[in-house]
Amino acid sequence: MYTFSSKLKTFSFVLIALGVLGVGYSFFTAPKTIEDVEKILAAEEAHGHGDHGDAHHEAANPHGEDAHGHHADKHDIHKEVSTSHTGRGDGHQAAGHDAHAEHDEHHEHLEHVLHQLQNKPWSALYVGALFFMLISLGALAFYAIQNAAQAGWSPVLFRVMEGISSYLLPGAIIVFLILVAGVMDWHHIFIWMDESVVANDHLLQGKAGYLNGPFFLIRAAIFMGGWILYRQYARKNSLKQDEATDNLYYKKNFKASAAFLVFFIVTESIMSWDWIMSVDPHWFSTLFGWYVFASFFVSGITVIALITLYLKSKGYLEYVNTSHIHDLAKFMFGISIFWTYLWFSQFMLIWYANIPEEVTYFITRIEDYNLPFFGMVAMNFLFPVLILINTDFKRLSWIIVMAGIVILCGHYIDFFNMIMPATVGDRWYIGMAEIGSVLLFLGLFILVVFTALTKAPLLAKRNPLIEESKHFHY
Amino acid sequence: MSNKVIHVLYNDDDILMDAVKQTRAAHHHIEEVYTPFPVHGLDKAMGLAPTRIAIASFLYGLVGLSVAITMMNYMMIVDWPQDIGGKPSFSYIQNMPAFVPVMFEMTVFFAAHLMVITFYMRSKLWPFKEAENPDVRTTDDHFLMEVAAHGDVDQMVSFFQNTGAVEVKVIEEKH
Repeated sequence: MYTFSSKLKTFSFVLIALGVLGVGYSFFTAPKTIEDVEKILAAEEAHGHGDHGDAHHEAANPHGEDAHGHHADKHDIHKEVSTSHTGRGDGHQAAGHDAHAEHDEHHEHLEHVLHQLQNKPWSALYVGALFFMLISLGALAFYAIQNAAQAGWSPVLFRVMEGISSYLLPGAIIVFLILVAGVMDWHHIFIWMDESVVANDHLLQGKAGYLNGPFFLIRAAIFMGGWILYRQYARKNSLKQDEATDNLYYKKNFKASAAFLVFFIVTESIMSWDWIMSVDPHWFSTLFGWYVFASFFVSGITVIALITLYLKSKGYLEYVNTSHIHDLAKFMFGISIFWTYLWFSQFMLIWYANIPEEVTYFITRIEDYNLPFFGMVAMNFLFPVLILINTDFKRLSWIIVMAGIVILCGHYIDFFNMIMPATVGDRWYIGMAEIGSVLLFLGLFILVVFTALTKAPLLAKRNPLIEESKHFHY
Repeated sequence: MSNKVIHVLYNDDDILMDAVKQTRAAHHHIEEVYTPFPVHGLDKAMGLAPTRIAIASFLYGLVGLSVAITMMNYMMIVDWPQDIGGKPSFSYIQNMPAFVPVMFEMTVFFAAHLMVITFYMRSKLWPFKEAENPDVRTTDDHFLMEVAAHGDVDQMVSFFQNTGAVEVKVIEEKH
């Protein structure tokens, strides 16, 4: 049996406390009124963008010094992403050059920035919550695949995977509450939830049959309910199999896993439209579901590898050898390439055809998020490919840990890139809100996962494949 | 002085593996082992050095990537930078997404084909090459270990007979 070391427990509480402070601070300091925004912009103007110290400002403002002109220049882009924040994008274009119209435009700009800044702490919280919830979902999908495929190498890792997927229940509840908060109009991550915006937006009216609050929440509840149901059922059967005299519970788990995988791939795809794609409600992409899947699946596998290495280093996993680690590393390597393949397929098809309706999605990302957008390709593709291609490296703990941390950071940035451009636009910054939210959910994740690991022996005793797995050698 | 080798035949891969280990322990030099199919772990038991063909393949892949980049940069950007459907041809990086499929395929093509040719050359395989198996049964159901004979040949023969061999022959090498 695993005992939760008090050091790690304290560490997770510290992370949660720091996270709460960071997130609380960012909510507290978010501007409340247009006057606040005016002050912020004036301060930025005074500093000048060049020596502001924010790398993103240099990347984000190729069009001019003054934020106002910059806004006008990029009006078309903003229109796609966030017009909807004002709901009056068209009037803006028609604005003449007389002082009155200019004043209107300035006011509208301030309001636009206000909404972006108010969205920032919420979006940071949402990205963190979603990322960690999807990691445990990715580990659960991996577990289901191993069960359904009757893999002979992985049963010694099943309890680790079950431990990681235990975060699904609290994680899903948190994400659901954030979605409910959106429908309740407490935040504006999902612009289509704002009825005044929909009233002025023909495209959103057309999508209202699908994108409406009640249906959205019902879908979310069904998806999360199904995943959690499978997770709890599989865990229960896995524990019963330890005490059983036959393989009944193993067979039940086999069938449940096969059924879950069918349910999962359908709900996962719809989930990615709902929770991620719909922050850009004017934009759509058909392979988006796969792309999101690859991103959190590789993160889930990476977390399995990292936690396995941690437990192994503490002497808890007697039968795990370097061949098991090697296999996990091969999955990290392969799925990283799979993610890149989907990332590139989505990007290249849209870049190549350059249809204005679709391409704004990537224009905002390349202009305003240049470093994170291309940096994540280096972190999620180049680095793992060059490091994990070597067989000997795939057996070295420190290489796996290093590659794993880079992959996890890279995929956090991936989710950051999916959500932020639509909610905060060029006002992004990785500051208190973002780091606080990651620390908060990381602490919670460690607390929940390692508590679950103490609840059952770390070796599934009577799994029919456990002997093979104990002696697995590659 | 003529060179002698001992041909020891087995009919089971497990017995062969044990025999290889015993032979190595007794410090007899194994010249070659002929098997009808790959025997898992035989190379380790024989103490053969690991292959470096994967490293060669990686380098070939880099060559392929360089060829693709150089070729397309010259043709599409340097030599005749035509406007084709509005694609930006001012620099390589601007039009790179369109080149990636070619870059990928060329990398795989070079890595795969040059690696296979390397394999053929290093293992001396080509059409009309004279087959080298010392006993036709080794391509069907027998395993043959070839050991250099030195010192007391009779003692060696009895040693190999005790390793589960079905047949032990002392061969006078032709050359």
